[in-house]
Amino acid sequence: MAARVKIPTQLRAATGGASEATVEGGTVGEVLDGLFEEFGELRERIADEQGGLRRFVNVYLGGEDIRFLDGIATSVPDGAELTILPAVAGG
Amino acid sequence: MAAEKLKCKECGSEYPLVALYVCDRCFGPLEVSYGPPTDAGDVAALRRRIQAGRGDMWRYADFLPLAGGPPGPSNQFASRAGLPTGWTPLVSADRLAERLGLREVWVKNDAANPTHSFKDRVVAVASARARELGFNALACASTGNLGNAVAAQAAALGLPSYVFIPADLEEQKILATSIYGTNLATVRGNYDDVNRLCTELSAEHDDWAFVNINMRPYYSEGSKTVAYEIAEQLGWELPDRVIVPIASGSLFTKINKGFREWIELGLVSGREPVMNGAQATGCAPVANAFAAGQDFCQPVKPSTIAKSLSIGNPADGPYVLELARRTGGSVDAVSDDQIRAGIALLAETTGIFTETAGGVTVAVLAELARRGDIDPDERVVLLITGDGLKTLDAVRGSFKAREIDPTVDAFDLAFETVAA
Repeated sequence: MAARVKIPTQLRAATGGASEATVEGGTVGEVLDGLFEEFGELRERIADEQGGLRRFVNVYLGGEDIRFLDGIATSVPDGAELTILPAVAGG
Repeated sequence: MAAEKLKCKECGSEYPLVALYVCDRCFGPLEVSYGPPTDAGDVAALRRRIQAGRGDMWRYADFLPLAGGPPGPSNQFASRAGLPTGWTPLVSADRLAERLGLREVWVKNDAANPTHSFKDRVVAVASARARELGFNALACASTGNLGNAVAAQAAALGLPSYVFIPADLEEQKILATSIYGTNLATVRGNYDDVNRLCTELSAEHDDWAFVNINMRPYYSEGSKTVAYEIAEQLGWELPDRVIVPIASGSLFTKINKGFREWIELGLVSGREPVMNGAQATGCAPVANAFAAGQDFCQPVKPSTIAKSLSIGNPADGPYVLELARRTGGSVDAVSDDQIRAGIALLAETTGIFTETAGGVTVAVLAELARRGDIDPDERVVLLITGDGLKTLDAVRGSFKAREIDPTVDAFDLAFETVAA
């Protein structure tokens, strides 16, 4: 099972400029762990001390906010697209 | 008070005053931070300088993040200074106060702006800063009012613009955006989908000034001018309490920032006003978190007539919660029926016709008064952010007209119970 993860511009310094990564994992949490293994610096940028996501980090699976699914326990179908974005206030 | 840098609200990392909005280190939001005022200590001189300033929000340019002061004619944009914005009326609402058993209520009517909502303020600052930074197009993700403001401001400045809105917005808001010749995308999805799309697009179009994304630290500072105006219009005094509608939460936090800046400068004295936030039950992620005692917001899928407040994932929610608690306020939610009643109550008692977001604010004021949360001696300011002509569906069918023949007898017959 592998997912395609889209990396926002703000985090590309930590991925050597890569805008995407293909990572193995059956859940959002596993995919993120795989991503952190590949790009160690990403963990401290977007994960908090308890292993959850920082409060201004949004993660979308196929366009849906994972907080409407099962959070980081959400299962990830093979070939799915995961998007990491900063939370931005609107109006 | 000159803008010095951008600073992360979460970890304090500092950045230069460019088009950045997210901290590279922790993903927290960036905010403009200022140096000390040049004439700190001489309050009377500062007040005089403000009072002698322009009759719009640029009288507060000293407190806004523009390197070149108020926008005016320049080589590149001769005579294109943008739409005159702000310095909207603060209206004494004694009949509204009386109806609610309160002593002193004021309505800050920000519908009296060029495109009839407070969004003209934030767009004025964002677009002025965008010009300073050399951008050649404006863009935004909008729940409606912001789209109006961006499209109009871009037309005034002679810049192309791109506006992204949910496809199911009120027709009035769509028309009042498209008329300015903007590039309008109606997106199949809710505001949170539009916001996600625009966050991705802003990375692809780094020559566009997305007013509420890459220009967000400057944009949001424009909301402080609401607080400055309230204080100046009250004769350099603070209200005891303000009631503010909440969508993303940015307006709420920046009004408080405006009051605090002026308290620190000595321009006004007293304690910071109690802050009450207003949401619709059909989109109440911040009110829900407040009621549950949480310091984060669980996002929701919005379903309410208050579309301008329909942000299910409010990025400034955590700061709103902190602020409402610190000032002894609250964040409350009201039903669509209460919103309609709020619109009617404000119209009948003040002559101000507000949109659904204003109905939310009035209904929350009524709820706080009913609950006994407001001391009858308090001076309360109600923030009305938009115009009722933009949300006509909310009041359709709510009134009765009597159609008559053009004769005196027909009038007398139809209105005998009224005119007697």
